[in-house]
Amino acid sequence: MSYHFDFAAVFDYDSALLAGSAHTLLLTAVGAVAGLGIGILGAACRAWRIRPFDRIFAVYVELIRNTPFLIQLFFVYFGLPSLGVRMDEWQAAILAVIINLGAYTTEIIRAGIEATPRGQIEAAQSLAMTRAQIFRHVVLPPALAKVWPAICSQVVIVMLGTSVCSQIAAEELTFAANFIQSRNFRAFETYLIVTVIYFLLAVIVRQVLKISGQRLFGRRA
Amino acid sequence: MNQIALSAILSNLLEGALWTIGLSLTAFVLGGIAGLALLFARIARNPVPRRLAQGYIELFQGTPLLMQLFIIFFGGSMIGLEISPWAAAALGLTLFTSAYLGEIWRGCVESVPKGQWEASASLAMTHFEQMRYVILPQTLRIAIAPTVGFSVQVVKGTAVASIIGFVELSKTGSMLANATFQPFLVFGLVALGYFAICYPLSAYARILERKIHGSRAH
Repeated sequence: MSYHFDFAAVFDYDSALLAGSAHTLLLTAVGAVAGLGIGILGAACRAWRIRPFDRIFAVYVELIRNTPFLIQLFFVYFGLPSLGVRMDEWQAAILAVIINLGAYTTEIIRAGIEATPRGQIEAAQSLAMTRAQIFRHVVLPPALAKVWPAICSQVVIVMLGTSVCSQIAAEELTFAANFIQSRNFRAFETYLIVTVIYFLLAVIVRQVLKISGQRLFGRRA
Repeated sequence: MNQIALSAILSNLLEGALWTIGLSLTAFVLGGIAGLALLFARIARNPVPRRLAQGYIELFQGTPLLMQLFIIFFGGSMIGLEISPWAAAALGLTLFTSAYLGEIWRGCVESVPKGQWEASASLAMTHFEQMRYVILPQTLRIAIAPTVGFSVQVVKGTAVASIIGFVELSKTGSMLANATFQPFLVFGLVALGYFAICYPLSAYARILERKIHGSRAH
């Protein structure tokens, strides 16, 4: 008895694979942009000790970094409706990704900000720049440039992690895989191909982030 | 209506948490052993094992853990091996852990000054002796903090095993949420359970890191 691989049975569903990939990328992109925004805000509060937000962000970072993404997703999707906050699976998935990535980027960017040489801030102060101006023009750009590789890695990790969003029926790439294998009964081939797609997506996302980093911080990097 | 007492919820979750810890320990120990082998391959003089190890690491770091578990779970049954969710989860997480630990440790080995290699080579030590007596003891000191830090990722990774049907903390939580209609309470408690396991590890890793940086400053 031997097993006959049938990869063509997977590619019959190419439109499902394409839609799933697009949704996974969209989820990652929205999560990355909004998560980065939270990260900058959180890092600023933490590094500049803006009370009480620095404490709030500290607790938020620890809570998120020490619990699995799957449980954060379940909490948002199944738990929050008890408080009257009801959302569909996409809203829940996007919210969970933003919350998750926001915590990691807060911590990553904070490290970058704290590595800013004191002299630069003092020099900016002596030019009568306001705190906001100093942060925007002196502290943030080099801090982001310094930690950009760590941010890229985290975004890729989060993208791979979004595969568990299939568990709340958000129709991303893993959901597509589950759907396809339930139709063609070729679980192994389906998951193998989808794994390869994820690998390619990871390579693409990493490359796009690297290039945008060079565009954004070209002079510094 | 079925009213399940809080004490019943808690005792079920506690049992689930024990399975989470058991799976984490298994993956961490076996993954550590495999990671060490990977480390030796990664820094070998022969380029063949070096490239193979690099490919392995990139593969496991570039694909979702959930997909790795699915492939092991369904691939095993395809070749006629009846793999239990526990075995699939343990194997999958071990491979995942080994890829990350191998890469973390390689970074630590490379942070040992080059002069140490050259000095031990000038004493006619073999590659293995250099590693055993000169490089690894120094690497160990640097490697403890990131290794403890990574253990948090292993614990969180075990949650994904619930999807292939292994009953640990997350799966117990899902089942209890369905049975009690109290998802807010149950998933809150589940999150608290993970936090109770992971936070001490994170905090310890941070202390270790500070210690190393502190001793370097002197």
